[in-house]
Amino acid sequence: MGLLGEMLQNTRDFLARLGALTRFFGQVLLQSPSALLRPRLVVEQVYNTGALSLVIIMTCGLFVGMVLGLQGHDLLERFGSEEALGTGAALSLLKELGPVVTALLFAGRAGTSLASELGLMRATDQLSAMEIMAVDPMRRVVVPRFLGGAIAMPLLTAIFIAIALFGVQLVGVQFLGIDQGSFWSQMRGAVELSDVNEGLIKGVTFGIACSLIAVFEGYNAEPTAEGVGRATTRTVVISAVVTLVLDYILTALML
Amino acid sequence: MNQTSKPAGGTAPTADHRNVAALHGVDFSIDGKVIFRGLDIAIRRGEVTAIMGPSGTGKTTLLRLITGQLRADTGRVVVEGREVATLSRPELYAMRRRIGMLFQNGALLTDLDVFENVAFPLREHARLPERLVRNIVLSKLHAVGLRGAARLRPQQLSGGMARRVALARAIVMDPQLLLYDEPFAGLDPISMGVVLRLIKSLNDALGISSVVVTHDVREISQIADSSYILSDGQVVASGTPAELREHPSAVVHQFMEGLADGPVTFHYPAPDYPTQLLDRSEGA
Repeated sequence: MGLLGEMLQNTRDFLARLGALTRFFGQVLLQSPSALLRPRLVVEQVYNTGALSLVIIMTCGLFVGMVLGLQGHDLLERFGSEEALGTGAALSLLKELGPVVTALLFAGRAGTSLASELGLMRATDQLSAMEIMAVDPMRRVVVPRFLGGAIAMPLLTAIFIAIALFGVQLVGVQFLGIDQGSFWSQMRGAVELSDVNEGLIKGVTFGIACSLIAVFEGYNAEPTAEGVGRATTRTVVISAVVTLVLDYILTALML
Repeated sequence: MNQTSKPAGGTAPTADHRNVAALHGVDFSIDGKVIFRGLDIAIRRGEVTAIMGPSGTGKTTLLRLITGQLRADTGRVVVEGREVATLSRPELYAMRRRIGMLFQNGALLTDLDVFENVAFPLREHARLPERLVRNIVLSKLHAVGLRGAARLRPQQLSGGMARRVALARAIVMDPQLLLYDEPFAGLDPISMGVVLRLIKSLNDALGISSVVVTHDVREISQIADSSYILSDGQVVASGTPAELREHPSAVVHQFMEGLADGPVTFHYPAPDYPTQLLDRSEGA
């Protein structure tokens, strides 16, 4: 009975938090049009979440691509179709690896930064000070950060995929000797616009989800050092799980 | 002499124009814990009003009730003649534009420098020419003696400087009411003296009303026109600092003299000490 009670309580807590997140999302969406009227704030956040994540995204993209090149070549060599490496790598990067890995990296770099920044603003009374100054922190702080993250994420995904393809080409063509012409021509022949759209839709969806989770956790963080730490951890964990769950749902819907 | 005859008393606020803000019979509790019971406080226009009391008596909560960040369970909180609980969100924000508040830690926005922190309310609420914003901000920074620190980041400021910058920001919209939350906490004697003088001079020069929440009795007694002492969710005494020093209440005496033990006990409630030491069931 104790275990059942605990499970019920946990379920209730989960649903309450989900409800709070949904309500928060509604508030963010309602305030978004007015936040867009001050594009400078949003652009600043695109820089903070996007441009400052570029190094990690590009570095990881390069190595993910290079590993994909090695593994793909090893696999395709068994069937004597190494030239299909470009096609296989492009499809897997566009449809899966690009959006998912970028989202996980985004949650680790930009998501934690957003959550800890908002949590610290809460802990040091900066958000309260704004309220006293008759400035709505949702409109001034939360929404620009959400929009900045949601805009930056698809852009980062595109950059990740481009750099990863370069990595695949570097290993496959330059190191392992696949013919450059067939590598690119097969890729161009097989990849369709719908594949690019799939990656784009996933990038946008993951961007909205990861940014929302980060600002929600940070804004609602307990105003203590421990609370901020917990919010940061929850941001990474929840973002990762939600990204993978959403990835499955979107893949199932779009296949 | 304006003393309360019983602990639950306090000077009953009068609903007249002399009060810039007033709390009438306010009850307030958080998570079942009673913070205020029938609290009556009047903030006189043009005066420095001190709210004193031991830590944990809800002094900061009182400020949050005045600013409408918290709502009283029962009773009325009135600011500038209007009941805070009845205000719509736009009306509440309009009221807050006439209130400045100095937080204990300054609460400066860490992503902006000193100048932009002070300019923040102006930029949010008024579309003023940049030159005018610059002149207003520099004049406010000059008033707190930190015009030369305009381009420093909040992280580069000492505690006293941060509080002075926050004070400049609090007065940048020319408020009618200034609320100070523990303005002297953690300051060295020089900074404390500076902040103390600033509170008084700003109050007099700008013709505003000030509420200072503090437990620094000696300092605030130098500038307060009237004081309230809170304990156990109620006003236990009110009057001028001199009157409070002569107050017969043991709690007031303990607080004003800074005595370690008294009605407010030194020890947090605990079981009998020898019994607890001999109890083998507890701990290793």
